[in-house]
Amino acid sequence: MAEVLVLVDHVDGTVRKTTTEMLTAARRLGEPSAVFIGTGFDAARDTLARFGAVKAYRIESAEVTDHLVAPAAEALAQLVERTSPVAVLLPSSLDGKEIAGRLAIKTSSGVLTDAVDVQPTDGGVQVTKSVFAGDFEAVCASTHGSPVVTVKPNSIAAEEAPAELADEVVEVTVSDAARTARIVERSAKQQTGRPALSEAAIVVSGGRGTGGDFGPVETFADTLGAAVGASRAAVDAGWYPHSSQVGQTGVSVSPQLYVAAGISGAIQHRAGMQTSKTIVAVNKDPEAPIFEMVDFGVVGDLFQVLSQAADTISGS
Amino acid sequence: MNIVVCVKYVPDAQSERSFEPDNTTERESVDGLLSELDEYAVEEALAIAEAGDAEVTVLTMGPEAAAAAVKKSLQMGAHKGIHINDEAIAGSDAVATSRVLAAAIDKIGGVDLVLTGLGSTDGTMSVVPAMLAERLGLPQVTFASELSVDGGTVRIRRDGDVASETVEASLPAVVSVTDQINEPRYPSFKGIMAAKKKPVETWSLADLGVDAGEVGLGAAWTTVVSIEQRPPRSQGEIVTDEGQGGAALAEFLTSRKFA
Repeated sequence: MAEVLVLVDHVDGTVRKTTTEMLTAARRLGEPSAVFIGTGFDAARDTLARFGAVKAYRIESAEVTDHLVAPAAEALAQLVERTSPVAVLLPSSLDGKEIAGRLAIKTSSGVLTDAVDVQPTDGGVQVTKSVFAGDFEAVCASTHGSPVVTVKPNSIAAEEAPAELADEVVEVTVSDAARTARIVERSAKQQTGRPALSEAAIVVSGGRGTGGDFGPVETFADTLGAAVGASRAAVDAGWYPHSSQVGQTGVSVSPQLYVAAGISGAIQHRAGMQTSKTIVAVNKDPEAPIFEMVDFGVVGDLFQVLSQAADTISGS
Repeated sequence: MNIVVCVKYVPDAQSERSFEPDNTTERESVDGLLSELDEYAVEEALAIAEAGDAEVTVLTMGPEAAAAAVKKSLQMGAHKGIHINDEAIAGSDAVATSRVLAAAIDKIGGVDLVLTGLGSTDGTMSVVPAMLAERLGLPQVTFASELSVDGGTVRIRRDGDVASETVEASLPAVVSVTDQINEPRYPSFKGIMAAKKKPVETWSLADLGVDAGEVGLGAAWTTVVSIEQRPPRSQGEIVTDEGQGGAALAEFLTSRKFA
């Protein structure tokens, strides 16, 4: 059976949920081969095997990890050359999309980004993606080379399928050109103890209506075990970090439940949350466009509504 | 220093969107404009030019109407414009777009810095800067939320979802900037008047030495099989808080097993 390369998304060997989702999608297309770049493979091994990876290519050279995306694209291109995979799956993250862009040019392959579904076709791959702020769904295919597909987190349900995993350390050659963008400093994001925004099953977001006080939004999020997001207005005002921004120029989320508190629902925000399964909004303004798309809405003051809801849930 | 800013003319995101029978974006009936995210790249180029000595060239590809994106950039303060306009370009995917832009940047020659936005507001793939860097054999330092140029080195801050990185590269380089980097200026009256006298060149594919068969819908390495409008979400229950709104919300979430 033909191989499907999956670029492992991990932090020092802790495999992110996106990877298990990509391995699940890869199994539909062929035999998943994990491509693990960096250190910490031993910590990742079990998870990769549990979700069906048959092979793992380990690339541990610091030449690859100390530089931005270009060496990773070169390493993957060498593996594509060697294995002629049915497809290469990468996470739809900043790095993932850029590696995909470079890989596509290197291997003369079509690139498809932000896939919410991946299915096999006659000898090929079809992906589904949301376009135009989530108003349309497009089914796309690559017609050239080994399709390079970036997969949107939280879109495909990860399913276990334990496999015998054989790993192999791969030496790759990195050109001088690929080493020109150096990462000179890296500081890990402060841990909030909450789930990662792009992977969370529940997201609670605050906007202009918070007036800068995210306390009730955070408390309510913690009651539900949710991640906290913010609208662009809240981020621009300096109330919440940009890494938490939900929308077109921030993170695009697709959780089981999305709660918008004090967010009017401009198209740029909708673009980042419209594919959420259930949507709830709390807003003072009954005319706020967000109410047009909710499964449940409360017209009222978010401070009172969220705290009463949190108390009710905690007490029950 | 020579700075080229790549900009895109996009359909207004607020308008009704639709597709042509060949699954390309319907652009005729929709007002277009300079992609909002490209304004940050233009602004950053202008800031660099104002702090030192740089010439800012704005580069776009697209139909006749795309000249509006160049014009707006010139009104903001860019020095000159290049518009690649060729019928064969229609329907080009990201791969072909990067081919054409790379050829144009080669033709311009002596470019120190290529600036772009973080993505277009229509296609939103964010892959063209990486593809450009690949084709031009240049380093890419992308998604910059801070940028500084010091001598022959560019240094940026890049905020990912798990870490914040400082990345540097020597020039020439391809740099994309986010909407966090600056506050784009509005064109002043003086800028609008001055833009009328600024040089804009229109180039065809032949001018770039790019074969028409390499670009356009027919040459795309990807294809859209089908497009369907997502059924509009129907409005659910809306309650007005008269003291029990929070309890009602809790009840809804419990009934759906979220709490």
